[in-house]
Amino acid sequence: MTMVNLKINDMPVSVPEGTTILDAARTLGIKIPTLCHIKMDCLGVEHKAGSCRICVVEIANRPNLAPSCCTPVAEGMVVKTNSLRAISARRTVLGLLLSNHPKDCLICAMNQQCELQSLAHEFDMHEIKYQGAQTEFPIDISSGAIRRDLNKCVMCRRCETACNVVQTVGVLSGINRGFEATVGPEELKPLLETSCTFCGQCVLACPVGALTEIGYKDDVWREINDPTKHVVVQTAPSVRVALGEEFDMPAGSITTGKMVAALRRLGFAKVFDTDFSADLTIMEEGTELINRIKTGKNLPILTSCCPGWVNFFEHQFPELMHMPSTAKSPQQMFGSIAKSYYAEKVGVKPKDLIVVSIMPCLAKKYEAARPEFAPDGVRDVDYVLSTRELAAMIKEAGVMFSALKDEEYDNPLGESTGAGVIFGASGGVLEAALRTANDILSGKDIKDIDFVAIRGLEGIKEATVQVGGMDLQVAVCSGLGNARKLLTKIRNGEAKYHAIEIMACPGGCINGGGQPYTGSNLKTLEERKNAIYQVDKNLPIRKSHQNPSIIKLYNDYLGEPGSQLAHKLLHTHYFAR
Amino acid sequence: MSCDCCGKKEKALEKLMKLEPKKTTELVAFIDSLPLGNDIDANRGCLIETLHRAQTIFGYLPAEVQQLVSERLKITRSEIYGVISFYSYFTDKPIGRHKINVCCGTACFVKGATRIVDEFKSKLGIKEGETTPDKKFFLGVLRCVGACSLAPVVMVDDHVYGKVTPEMVSTILADYQD
Repeated sequence: MTMVNLKINDMPVSVPEGTTILDAARTLGIKIPTLCHIKMDCLGVEHKAGSCRICVVEIANRPNLAPSCCTPVAEGMVVKTNSLRAISARRTVLGLLLSNHPKDCLICAMNQQCELQSLAHEFDMHEIKYQGAQTEFPIDISSGAIRRDLNKCVMCRRCETACNVVQTVGVLSGINRGFEATVGPEELKPLLETSCTFCGQCVLACPVGALTEIGYKDDVWREINDPTKHVVVQTAPSVRVALGEEFDMPAGSITTGKMVAALRRLGFAKVFDTDFSADLTIMEEGTELINRIKTGKNLPILTSCCPGWVNFFEHQFPELMHMPSTAKSPQQMFGSIAKSYYAEKVGVKPKDLIVVSIMPCLAKKYEAARPEFAPDGVRDVDYVLSTRELAAMIKEAGVMFSALKDEEYDNPLGESTGAGVIFGASGGVLEAALRTANDILSGKDIKDIDFVAIRGLEGIKEATVQVGGMDLQVAVCSGLGNARKLLTKIRNGEAKYHAIEIMACPGGCINGGGQPYTGSNLKTLEERKNAIYQVDKNLPIRKSHQNPSIIKLYNDYLGEPGSQLAHKLLHTHYFAR
Repeated sequence: MSCDCCGKKEKALEKLMKLEPKKTTELVAFIDSLPLGNDIDANRGCLIETLHRAQTIFGYLPAEVQQLVSERLKITRSEIYGVISFYSYFTDKPIGRHKINVCCGTACFVKGATRIVDEFKSKLGIKEGETTPDKKFFLGVLRCVGACSLAPVVMVDDHVYGKVTPEMVSTILADYQD
């Protein structure tokens, strides 16, 4: 490795060739402010568009200031990061950004989490120096999932990197020119009219309030307080390992019991678990997997729990639409069982039973609103709140989260297994399916159930696993860019697998678009993942088909997996878009 | 025919072939002559000339043409729109049979180009960037055509008018009786 010697603020430093001035300065404990630049560690890319010019520094014998985030060091370079010239240039840049930025910070969704706001604070800006024109883009809420307010856009273009480079969805681009320049789809179409998957990685990447989620908190408060409604809630697997971060608990804190207690304090009649319907998904999808393996037809089977991934293949790979399992996602399975089996059991009409989901995901908001999931016009899942929205509700209600005593889920839709909870991390759905398939195919209760080869945050994991005496080729893929790679291979006949799990967000639901903001901190993601497997390890039952409430549901109501009723309630079909 | 990258049917091509078979065939023949491959970065190098040719053939760049270019060059529709909306030369709106461009570069501006623009606006009843309802004239402004000694300059299609005065505007329009 060739080392380069330079001086930053009169201090000598030696760094590997290719290092940026920004990184070199950090090794000396010098922080150069940035806005557009970010190391998206959770997505495996560094975004250095050099578009905001906040990080400019002075370099000796160079007439113009240089953006330190994308200027590599050179031998003998003399850099000043805090000269008067650099500092005033930064203040001018920030002043110009603030000039055409709404000043409604108090009521902005990103209040106190906004990077532009923090910069203004750090720079001690106390006046709007340049009063001028304001852009007037219409706000887009067409998708029901992502709210786009381009009047707040700072043109950092992080969303473009997330959408185009990482997810390869390709919906966003820098468009227009001059004062009208912004980032969006062609003709600035509403997101619903594009091939957006609503994965929400752009929302996680946005440093300001230009891309945020569409919230349903107020609707949920209203329903909870309507005495004619029976309001139940389901919580997705990965919410319990991330929610604590919103209450200053360390990353990876397992808050299942506190979360259940908090939901009761908010006034939900019953607190149920999406892990229950994840087990149900395994019963249906696992049966499909076994059938396809036995007949050797229509392989590989692709998982279908992730709504971002479903949107992706409907738009991008319509010719492979026969491959994904027809099983609905756990969220939707929960909704249809709640509005049939459970509604009958408690004697409530489906329209008076309100199902609320707490999800790590923004695509789930879109999924719940799909017309095929509203039989007779009554939605199976009425409202979807993100992990962040749940935290906001808990704070609003004055519930002291960290002081809560652990409580248990209600039954029957709250009983679940370790197989259900691992749905929250990349590899978990497939592992859960393999645990069940292994038992069913071998007719034994197999004890060795940890399929560690398909765990972890890598984008594509491939393994040969022994299931029921057979060698199965399996793959696990997270991030839509990785999914594209794998699907292209399958379409070209270059890869043969039996089963593939795909999740839209890199790392799985633990890194979903509805999770607490981490600034793409990989350590936090690791902690969330470890916590998921810890919850699995702690549970007495770790296989979906051994869940007593699931066994009872089939005995009392559904018959067997793949039955006619199961098909009506638990399966779906896809649409080429 | 389906697209190599996403397997989608080329719906844009089918639609365009129905609407404008001759123009579409010409554009497809041009695209086929380009050294395109699976390397999107290399294909990007052909984007401007493809759009240039497409606009010459179609007169403007409607959504279907953008989609066709997107599918053939494997460049996303949003990126293509980004390029079209960046360069003032490209337009995604149908434009008139005759393109009037008033130069508003420094020399022409100083010599009163804005008065010329205003006169065209009032005579034609349209704003800059618009086309008359009869599709006869498009009115645009541009920055410097390199004929500063003739300022202020007006271009109609490929013809250059120099030292233009507001009084000349009706005479210029009268040259185009088709």
